[in-house]
Amino acid sequence: MLLLLLGIIVLHVAVLVLLFVSTIVSQWLVGNGRTTDLWQNCSTSSSGAIQHCYSSSASEWLQSVQATMILSIIFSVLALFLFFCQLFTLTKGGRFYITGFFQILAGLCVMSAAAIYTVRHSEWHVNTDYSYGFAYILAWVAFPLALLSGVIYVILRKRE
Amino acid sequence: MAPGAPSFSPSPVLAALLFSSLVLSPAQAIVVYTDREVHGAVGSQVTLHCSFWSSEWVSDDISFTWRYQPEGGRDAISIFHYSKGQPYIDEVGTFKERIQWVGDPHWKDASIVIHNLDYSDNGTFTCDVKNPPDIVGKTSQVVLYVFEKVPTRYGVVLGAVIGGILGVVLLLVLLFYLVRYCWLRRQAVLQRRLSAMEKGKLHKTSKDSKRGRQTPVLYAMLDHSRSTKAASEKKSKGLGDSRKDKK
Repeated sequence: MLLLLLGIIVLHVAVLVLLFVSTIVSQWLVGNGRTTDLWQNCSTSSSGAIQHCYSSSASEWLQSVQATMILSIIFSVLALFLFFCQLFTLTKGGRFYITGFFQILAGLCVMSAAAIYTVRHSEWHVNTDYSYGFAYILAWVAFPLALLSGVIYVILRKRE
Repeated sequence: MAPGAPSFSPSPVLAALLFSSLVLSPAQAIVVYTDREVHGAVGSQVTLHCSFWSSEWVSDDISFTWRYQPEGGRDAISIFHYSKGQPYIDEVGTFKERIQWVGDPHWKDASIVIHNLDYSDNGTFTCDVKNPPDIVGKTSQVVLYVFEKVPTRYGVVLGAVIGGILGVVLLLVLLFYLVRYCWLRRQAVLQRRLSAMEKGKLHKTSKDSKRGRQTPVLYAMLDHSRSTKAASEKKSKGLGDSRKDKK
């Protein structure tokens, strides 16, 4: 049973790490020396030495993507904290409903952020050729993992 | 420190004087506050706020002046003046019949409203306040940007989405706990009633048995039969219980 507990905690922490990296790193869109992020656009010169960064547009849709990514981090951290609280206060046979609820909410937030970004990203940059960076992919990977983690919490029952 | 060099140690009184002059001198000047930048849409109106702090009481000789410097221009023209309780509004320049005085000296407010904005109104507005005898001080500037449609400021949508969703989640959690608390309380009340009813039943049966013992000798035969019946019932019950325990 200790192994199961450890596995669940490792999954939750992995989801948290994915959310943090995806929100902070500047690699949502990449293309010929330019990288775009939620917070700033950076461009490196051809030699690779000089890098100019300037902040992203203040479009309402970009702000809502930023907001939902931040919210997903908040909810996931809250879920971790509540999990440890419930571990010690729940009665025997009880289910971790609150933890599961917040973790599922975090997953839904990441999904909405990634979806909004996919639909609206052409409004925020002038690149013609681009490809999605690894931070964007990490956001999409975090969504099913968060959902899985939340569902596990809802199904799990507390033993002695 | 090289040997032989003159050492200078300021006396503490001198240090205190220096410190007090640095700290206290700005308090004797007038300080004017305005916004940094103001956004307006073409054709609409915009309020240019101006407030001030003065170490003296607001006198009747107080005067406000608003100056305008066009974007890219060098000269600043005066567009509004207020002195001796009378506002003087521009009647010949580009702001003819478009300025409205909405300030009040006693509330330390020197704001004006510009109606019917145009793209040529882009520029820097300076608010100047003089409150005799307090006349030394810095003016404050506000830059006006005129847009076709006013864009939302950065962070408004961000804050609104985060605040809204967190508020909704908090409300849901509170509601959940309230409902659960009410339900548990109802359960407790029901259980108390149930246990009270059971206790009442036991009390009744004990009363009957007591009466049975104290009945007169006339009913001795009946009681005897009743007691034998009860004894036999008890015996059968006891066997049943033992069978349950074995399970």
